[in-house]
Amino acid sequence: MIRRLLPWLIFAVFAAIPFLPVGGFVTLVAGRIMIFAIAAMSLDLILGVGGLPSFGHAAPIAIGAYAVAMLDAAGLNHLEYVLPAAMGAACLFAVITGSVALRARGINFIMITLAFAQMVFFAAGSLSDYGGDDGYSLTVRTDIAGQNLLKGGNLYFASLIALIGVWLLLRMIVASRFGRALSAVRQNRVRVQAMGINATAIELTALVIGAGIAALAGVLLANEAEFVSPAYAAWGRSGSLMVMVILGGLGSLHGAILGAAVVVLFEEGMGRYTQHWPLIFGVLLVLAVLFLRNGLAGVRRG
Amino acid sequence: MAEPVLDIAGLSRRYGALQVTDNVSLQVMPGRIHAIIGPNGAGKTTLIQQIFGAVRPDAGVIRLGGRVVTHMAPHRRARLGLARSFQITSVLPDFTALENVALAAQGHAGSSLRFFGDVGKSAELNRAAFAALTRVGLAARQGVIAGRLSHGEKRQLELAMAVAVQPRLMLLDEPLAGAGPEETARLVALLGSLRSDCAILLVEHDMDAVFQLADDITVLALGRVIAQGGPDAIRADPAVRAAYLGEDF
Repeated sequence: MIRRLLPWLIFAVFAAIPFLPVGGFVTLVAGRIMIFAIAAMSLDLILGVGGLPSFGHAAPIAIGAYAVAMLDAAGLNHLEYVLPAAMGAACLFAVITGSVALRARGINFIMITLAFAQMVFFAAGSLSDYGGDDGYSLTVRTDIAGQNLLKGGNLYFASLIALIGVWLLLRMIVASRFGRALSAVRQNRVRVQAMGINATAIELTALVIGAGIAALAGVLLANEAEFVSPAYAAWGRSGSLMVMVILGGLGSLHGAILGAAVVVLFEEGMGRYTQHWPLIFGVLLVLAVLFLRNGLAGVRRG
Repeated sequence: MAEPVLDIAGLSRRYGALQVTDNVSLQVMPGRIHAIIGPNGAGKTTLIQQIFGAVRPDAGVIRLGGRVVTHMAPHRRARLGLARSFQITSVLPDFTALENVALAAQGHAGSSLRFFGDVGKSAELNRAAFAALTRVGLAARQGVIAGRLSHGEKRQLELAMAVAVQPRLMLLDEPLAGAGPEETARLVALLGSLRSDCAILLVEHDMDAVFQLADDITVLALGRVIAQGGPDAIRADPAVRAAYLGEDF
């Protein structure tokens, strides 16, 4: 019962935070957690359910963020254009890179996804029209139907709606025929092919869905910071996302939200006291992997 | 005479200097069990892998139900009615027995790119899966996680997955391997009863079972067919006795 209510409890906490006397900084951090949670859940579909160790999930986030920047520079700030452009570009990127990466398995898959993300990183750094390595500051936040709906604290609630929407969408996908096939491909690829299912097509579809959702996170992230830089595609960011998913519990979806919370809190919280926070975090991660078999969410993957 | 379900002509495959499949031809007729026997290293598994599609032959043609499938991907052959079991038990360990078979039914229906609707509540898939589990005598274990089934039960589950897709041809790669005497008796009876559903190509080392089940036998040695015929002819064949069965069989 508690297990089933946990995701809604998490959403309730996020909904309550802006109304609690906790200060702007806490709300800011909570907002960032939600955005990274969206990206982490999309990676959970790929890594947790599909068993594909993508080490380049920062790339579609950065592509989504740069779509915001590029359209901003062109004077287009409507979400009606920005979101389809961001998601479309990220999905196209996933189709192309995924088709190549899925020819490999295991370590080679990890290296190929990493290599493609690094290409995005360096490509972003060479975009001199958008600030190159220094990044690009948005002139305004993206609007919705001409209304400035994402201004100020509104973005927080937009992120919450996106978080719940993405969770519902992914939960439905995981429970669908596609979701079962994806989980089966992780468990035993050859067996699934023997059943007449095109395992590669299933995996590629998962990569494309994951990239599209990551691009949504990128759009939110760009608006939250009102700034975009190549660092969005940095390999450390891809690694953080994997940590969020593994820490939260592979394949549990809402576990990725908890994982995102822990990682972002460490970065923002411990980071204020010591720059050596990854040292402590590393020890905790080892302990979590050893003793929390099913992650923070405690859900066994099916 | 009816058209063969599986027609292999002049199949050859070489690994370096080793000719593992050497000009093999055989036909599996509808409603019959065709056994492939031969000593270890005769190339039985490589032959199965070429029929399945995991290994590409260097030469020769494979026809499934009249269609050339020689270079077709495994999942596409499966869609044409080819089901198989594996030498090493191969199930989806995190799924229940019912979910395993329901996925096979889903593969058969070709509906794996549906993103809406709870697959666990699909009456269509669950009914087909339950029928297949019943067929192999595993209905009572439908809710058990496949990874926790006994070895013999996993073997039955594999057969249920094969039955669920209503195949034209089942490739069974040592379906009795590792089974105890009681399990073997049960599986042999089950295999015999499956003949009415589809043709079976059987690779098996248990000679009692083979001679009990097979309608036709192909004997392989060093990648080559050394004898082909009915059980009685094979049993009497001097070349087969010398290469494999031994004089006492």
